[in-house]
Amino acid sequence: MSENDRQVAVRARDLVKTYGSTRALDGVDLEVPSGKVLGLLGPNGAGKTTTVRILTTLLKPDSGEAWVAGRDVLAEPDSVRRVIGLSGQYAAVDENLTGFENLYMVGRLYGQNKATARARARELLARFQLDEAADRPSKGYSGGMRRRLDLAGALVAEPTVVILDEPTTGLDPRGRIEMWEVIKELVADGTTVLLTTQYLEEADQLADSIVVIDKGRVIARGTADELKSQISGERLELVVSTVDELPATAKVLAEVGAAEPAIDEHTRRVDVIVDTGPKALVEALRLLDAQNVVVQDVALHRPTLDDVFLSLTGSRAESEGEQ
Amino acid sequence: MTATIQAKPASTEHISTRARVAKVFTDSGVVTWRNVMNVRRNPEWLLGATAFPIMFVLMFAYVFGGAIGGPGGDSSQYREFLIAGIFAQTVAFNSSYTVIGFASDLQKGIIDRFRSLPMSRLAVILGRTTADQVLSVVVLVVMSACGLLIGWRIRGSFLDAVLGYLMILLFAFAMSWIGAYIGLIARSVEVANSAGLIWMFPLTFVSSAFVPQESLPGVLGPIADWNPFTAAVNATRDLFNNPSPAGWPEPSGWPAENAALYAILSCVAIIAIFAPLATAQYRRVASK
Ligand SMILES: Nc1ncnc2c1ncn2[C@@H]1O[C@H](COP(=O)(O)OP(=O)(O)OP(=O)(O)O)[C@@H](O)[C@H]1O
Ligand SMILES: [Mg+2]
Repeated sequence: MSENDRQVAVRARDLVKTYGSTRALDGVDLEVPSGKVLGLLGPNGAGKTTTVRILTTLLKPDSGEAWVAGRDVLAEPDSVRRVIGLSGQYAAVDENLTGFENLYMVGRLYGQNKATARARARELLARFQLDEAADRPSKGYSGGMRRRLDLAGALVAEPTVVILDEPTTGLDPRGRIEMWEVIKELVADGTTVLLTTQYLEEADQLADSIVVIDKGRVIARGTADELKSQISGERLELVVSTVDELPATAKVLAEVGAAEPAIDEHTRRVDVIVDTGPKALVEALRLLDAQNVVVQDVALHRPTLDDVFLSLTGSRAESEGEQ
Repeated sequence: MTATIQAKPASTEHISTRARVAKVFTDSGVVTWRNVMNVRRNPEWLLGATAFPIMFVLMFAYVFGGAIGGPGGDSSQYREFLIAGIFAQTVAFNSSYTVIGFASDLQKGIIDRFRSLPMSRLAVILGRTTADQVLSVVVLVVMSACGLLIGWRIRGSFLDAVLGYLMILLFAFAMSWIGAYIGLIARSVEVANSAGLIWMFPLTFVSSAFVPQESLPGVLGPIADWNPFTAAVNATRDLFNNPSPAGWPEPSGWPAENAALYAILSCVAIIAIFAPLATAQYRRVASK
């Protein structure tokens, strides 16, 4: 293992995977430094699950290479399986087994002896607040409990790299926050995490760095802050009292803004990216007041990751004449 | 982040062949346990697995038995003849649980979980076919009781009776490897459901299970003669010492005269063909 491999826990180079004429992955590169969290962000069909399946040895790419913990995913899949934990997009729990039995089974299949597998299962159940439900068939578990049980299954053998495919999709807000806590704890213990998500907020909360993919290609990468700064300035948002006032408002915002304003007739909202927020705000209000436009609500904020995401994926889709 | 990164030892990097073989067996044991637990949590399974054969017993013994079983409407000899066929048919139909089990594990992502673990591939299938044998034993107990109720008796020695049951179980084991293969090719549980059952009907009816094989018309006769199912039924019947009803033609030809040998050979051949097929399909199936 070279010094570089020690620092990079997951590395993928130029992964390509096609299904017929669909290019599920079209040259994906990524790296996760040891002990860090990478958020793989993308809309439906972006290629997140395909990437995860390749990294976890479930799928062979058409071309490209990947290493996990210094092991070649294609050449030494068994060795990779020993050091990773996977929690797939759909919780793979055996409904007819209890929570305890599910984890015990996984432990035994990792080669643990009965006593170790039993102790480890109980430990994880307690850690994931499943100890009360531990001896009930998991059929009766809620979505959040199943998800936690599935994640616990991924941790049975104390993997150095944990790969989570949309760990919070389908969870209610409380379940989501609980899952975030669990992931943060994992990272605090030094585990490397690669997680996929469709939620920018989630990537923002959890990930040290983010890779945005769409249609099998990486369209942006960096920290959350770096991505946000790709959209310069701030966003000025105005809500007016009647639809008739929208054209005049848009005209004013076009004047003070740094880009074309966007109009939403339904909510009577107009927004625009501005270079110097407060100055543009005062100017816009002055101009609108002069035209007797009644402003009901006004806001000025830094772009969110959502803005970045939409500008990245949206513009791309438009340029190809879809959408 | 102030995390301390501990390099966790990659457990046992180089594994000897002996340890590998041992792992196949422990993994198979774990998977068998899991599959048996699955059935134990769904006891209605036993009802499904035995309702059909019990219905067959009643239909053949009392509805058709009078017509098939010989003159005077006395079907007692026929009922005795019938049971070995019913046993073999019951365990053959049981293999559809293998088919459905695999298809549903694939659909629910359980197979993905298994494939992401450092476990033996063969064990996933072996664990399923072995669990099926546990189920076959349970079903055979129920069906034996049913047979005893309608007057069937084991007339041979104790040892022969044990061998008779083992014959049925070997046949069941062979069938579940075919089931494993079908389950892994099936694209959904629904497809598996019909694909697992449909071939059972020609397999079990073009045979000596319910009628004298000599009575089957045209090409069906030789097909029945060489059907491994016929051989398993005939061998078991011999071991239980349950004769054909009086006046029936004795089956002749090499497979009939060497029923036990032929049955064992064909079961071994089926396993030798379908075990590698199923293992290869397992490797292929989830890596799509
Ligand atoms: N087995 C398959 N056969 C054919 N096409 C596939 C298969 N698996 C994935 N695809 C296609 O590859 C593309 C990427 O799929 P993938 O599942 O990786 O997306 P994803 O980012 O995980 O999406 P989601 O958010 O919906 O889970 C999609 O267009 C999908 O339709
Ligand atoms: Mg996905």
